[in-house]
Amino acid sequence: MSVDTSLRFDKDYVNGFSSSRQEPAWLQELRLQALELAQNLPMPKPDKTKIDKWNFTDFKHEATGNAVAFNELPEDVKALIGSEEDAKNVLVIHNGTPVYFALEQEVKEQGVIYTDLLTAAKEHEDLVKKYIMKAVATDENRLTAIHASLFLNGAFLYVPKNVELSAPIQAVYYQDDEAAIFNHVIVAAEDNSSVTYVENYLSTNDSAESVANIVSEVYAGAGAKVVYGAVDNLAKGMTTYVNRRGRAEKDARIEWALGQFNDGNTVSDNTTHLIGDGSFTDTKTVTIGRGDQKQNFVAQIFNHGKHSEGYILTHGVMKDSASSIFNGITKIEHGATKSHGEQTERVLMLSEKARGDANPILLIDEDDVTAGHAASVGRIDPLQMFYLMSRGISKAEAERLIIHGFLAPVVSQMPLESVKNRLVEVIERKVR
Amino acid sequence: MSAPNLKIEDLRVSIEDKEIIKGLDLEINGGEIHAIMGPNGTGKSTLSAALMGHPKYEVTSGKVTFNGEDLLEMEVDERAKAGLFLAMQYPSEVSGITNADFLRSAINAKREEGDEISLMKFIRELDKKMDHLEMDNAFAHRYLNEGFSGGEKKRNEILQMMMLEPKLAILDEIDSGLDIDALKVVAKGVNEMRSPDFGCLIITHYQRLLNYITPDKVHVMMQGRIVKSGGPELAQRLEAEGYDWIKEELGIKDETVGQEA
Repeated sequence: MSVDTSLRFDKDYVNGFSSSRQEPAWLQELRLQALELAQNLPMPKPDKTKIDKWNFTDFKHEATGNAVAFNELPEDVKALIGSEEDAKNVLVIHNGTPVYFALEQEVKEQGVIYTDLLTAAKEHEDLVKKYIMKAVATDENRLTAIHASLFLNGAFLYVPKNVELSAPIQAVYYQDDEAAIFNHVIVAAEDNSSVTYVENYLSTNDSAESVANIVSEVYAGAGAKVVYGAVDNLAKGMTTYVNRRGRAEKDARIEWALGQFNDGNTVSDNTTHLIGDGSFTDTKTVTIGRGDQKQNFVAQIFNHGKHSEGYILTHGVMKDSASSIFNGITKIEHGATKSHGEQTERVLMLSEKARGDANPILLIDEDDVTAGHAASVGRIDPLQMFYLMSRGISKAEAERLIIHGFLAPVVSQMPLESVKNRLVEVIERKVR
Repeated sequence: MSAPNLKIEDLRVSIEDKEIIKGLDLEINGGEIHAIMGPNGTGKSTLSAALMGHPKYEVTSGKVTFNGEDLLEMEVDERAKAGLFLAMQYPSEVSGITNADFLRSAINAKREEGDEISLMKFIRELDKKMDHLEMDNAFAHRYLNEGFSGGEKKRNEILQMMMLEPKLAILDEIDSGLDIDALKVVAKGVNEMRSPDFGCLIITHYQRLLNYITPDKVHVMMQGRIVKSGGPELAQRLEAEGYDWIKEELGIKDETVGQEA
């Protein structure tokens, strides 16, 4: 069987789509250029996972959601963001349409911009232009080009110089239509600012084939700190490409906390460029694969700056006949003296048919650095099972405990209590 | 509660096709403490592991009933729920699960859904038992056996026994690696459990634990079966004279399994 990978969307479509949303001319132009590139660029080539039969190009593009009051949000969504009092800074996008938004007055007064991306493109043109498709290039591959030509909306978060936000900024991207998710997130933290952004992706479409094509761009200016938490929970029908990219300037810090719990096939690329001297990143990922899904996770750090430090920690559990490839890549560039890179990937397989593969890769072009890696792939230890069961714990419960235990070292280090709790909940549901 | 009864008849156990237990008979009732003694390599630990249902050991023939029910037909967790407990010689370490969470799961596993132990009651019980065993309360929040010293693991096994209140406990070399103070603490835990509703099988090759827990019956195991039984005085004689006199009496040259008389 061959999959038709030609895109059904042409210039007329993109023009019409962009005009109907009253997008500024520069954005329309960006989309059209991207569309042209999309025709010829190759697909991304995730190492050790064949995606040539995966559908990334045939999908229903648009759907709509309607603006609602907090009380009218679906229970699933409310559960994610907490009570109205807790959810003071939150954007909810339903089927590509912003449907709920709240931002505290005192946050606004500090010059913070938080809004959906299309509104930002109109109201803060210069800022959006400065950041959009810059960390992730349009011409990186076919999927980034398709993304740029067709992204529906997303979030734009801008934190001015020296502003330190204590309360997390939240977003929920919620889909209950069979249409695709084309979401774009920009987090730009200016020099010496600090912000925590937490997003949840949720979809309910189990059967109809659909596509998620997600790009996040994170910019941490000199001395800035960005904590980026994400819990992906897309249903089986979604084939997902998710590219989360960070750029850290001098002494900046980007911390990723990713819970990747999609039920469909997924290609995930999480890359951070440590541009400035003394910059730092830490990327923590937990994932559970189940059913017959196939996934490929790349956690990648480029050390460009001197004294830069990058840490990767990934723990994955594979159930049923799920299979996943975990590629950890630490690339220390020439000139990045005194930098440090460290990574750990651990995979626990629960069944005979489950497959997991951990590949730690260190690429070092500089002598004066330190780096290390650890990886393990294994099955549940029958003696641990015997021990737990010998105390009256059932086989299923013993497995559940071991899985929680296996993921705990990552979950417990997640930066936010809310992300932590959410992860535990999702894990609980997935291992049952 | 009725007094427990464990009855083992002509039990044979193999590991990787090698027979280790070669026809063993033993009966333990509530209120009784039995000790199985014997040199290394005579099949003592195999007996305890096989009774609990260790995946590596295969029972090839014989019969074991626990309170009249066929123990060998039960899954490992069912054996525990029926009231059997094994304090292991080498307890597993399980990362990421705290001792307290684990114990609560184990207690609740025995109870009906909706009748789970309340958190307050659990903590009260746990604190009390840990005090009794002179364990630092911090152990409740450490990952299960992870990084525990040998002695800490053994105390933790006894703590689990006290919390789970089994009807019959098998203590597999609970005394190995313990200093005298820890030994006394462990003995205190076992003695605390003593009642007509509780039976115990202590597996050891030293008499010293039996100075603190007086057994009702003492058995000597060699070549995969019980070769001699007696009262507490048998343990004392073994301590004083070693095992050679028994070997002589029975004409055994090499007491370990795999060697025939």
